[in-house]
Amino acid sequence: MYEGCFLVAGGNFGDAGAVSSSIKKILKKMQLPGDLVRKAGLVSYESEINIVSYARRGMIRLHVEPDHILIEAIDEGPGIPDIELAMQPGYSTASPKIREMGFGAGMGLCNIKSFSDIFKISSEVGRGTYLKMIIKTIRDSLHNREKGSGMTWS
Amino acid sequence: MVLESIVKALNLKIRSGEDKLSAEVSGGYTGDLLSDVIGNSKEGDIWITRQVHQNIVAVASLKDHAAIVLVQGCEPAEDTLDKARKEGVAILISDLSAFEVTGRIYNLINSISK
Amino acid sequence: MILREIKDILEAEVITGEEQMDMEVKTAFMADLMSDVLAFATAGSLLITGLANAQVLRTADVTDIAAIIIGRGKSLSPETVQLAGMLSIPILTTKFILFEIAGRLYSKGIRGCIEKVGNK
Repeated sequence: MYEGCFLVAGGNFGDAGAVSSSIKKILKKMQLPGDLVRKAGLVSYESEINIVSYARRGMIRLHVEPDHILIEAIDEGPGIPDIELAMQPGYSTASPKIREMGFGAGMGLCNIKSFSDIFKISSEVGRGTYLKMIIKTIRDSLHNREKGSGMTWS
Repeated sequence: MVLESIVKALNLKIRSGEDKLSAEVSGGYTGDLLSDVIGNSKEGDIWITRQVHQNIVAVASLKDHAAIVLVQGCEPAEDTLDKARKEGVAILISDLSAFEVTGRIYNLINSISK
Repeated sequence: MILREIKDILEAEVITGEEQMDMEVKTAFMADLMSDVLAFATAGSLLITGLANAQVLRTADVTDIAAIIIGRGKSLSPETVQLAGMLSIPILTTKFILFEIAGRLYSKGIRGCIEKVGNK
């Protein structure tokens, strides 16, 4: 139904959020329900902030299918050595600069997980991080394909 | 206004500083950015925040706050609590959001002073 | 309560959205941490914060916030004001600290958009 790819530059805090705004606009235009558009905007935004805060560069891919929205965030960056630890609410390696902007409270990945119906994360130290987020647009449409929604794989 | 009346009115849970409940609360400050709180809060303020890391104890102690209130049911980190007990800083917890906690405490303090 | 009344209560300055001052709001979320706003703020609420950067606007846009109130006398950069116009989010600034803002609005009947953090 729709496929798009958006580049995100690491360290560019001025534009951080622009990609998520575009994604939200696209989904709104497709007349998807407001709460789903909001969830998709939220998970894109947290992913975008993560790329800007930690990675050299990255991209966010958006696929819209009849029964779900798939958002992938792929970055080239330091990676996450301990995913289990990084997923804990409150855990953060953010710099003071990031904290003064209102981020880096260790809630980003938790938010992404809780607003996605299916969430996967993988990372390689020194290479980068991959996030996969699925928001169902038809309830339980993915139930048989991937069990355990909201689970984390590392 | 005495800290204990705020604790009772908002049903706050006490995590440290049980002996500080007779402290006088002269005002309040709500904020999550430590440098801002250091710069702008006042002595005797009750500080409302959702930050839980141990630096909050140093800030509250430095600024002579009457107490710290953690909102949204946030629990202090273990080392935060150790430090608070050592330095005699009261840490209180509310399940309510920062807006609700602040609104209620503000109106308690104001109703007394009027 | 409409934004115009909020403006008066907070002795605020309207930075953008003068034409939206008749908008009605009933609830608010207050935080400096944008991840908390993303996690808990509900659509149509006021966002009260002490930050004045582009990320506050982006966060408000993503969460469908009705209007932003920036306290602590913070002012916005011209780029941020421009972004606010693009996103068409009303912004009010006030010299009051967040404690005073929440206190005044609460006493006039505005309530937290969530009372407690629970399961979504």
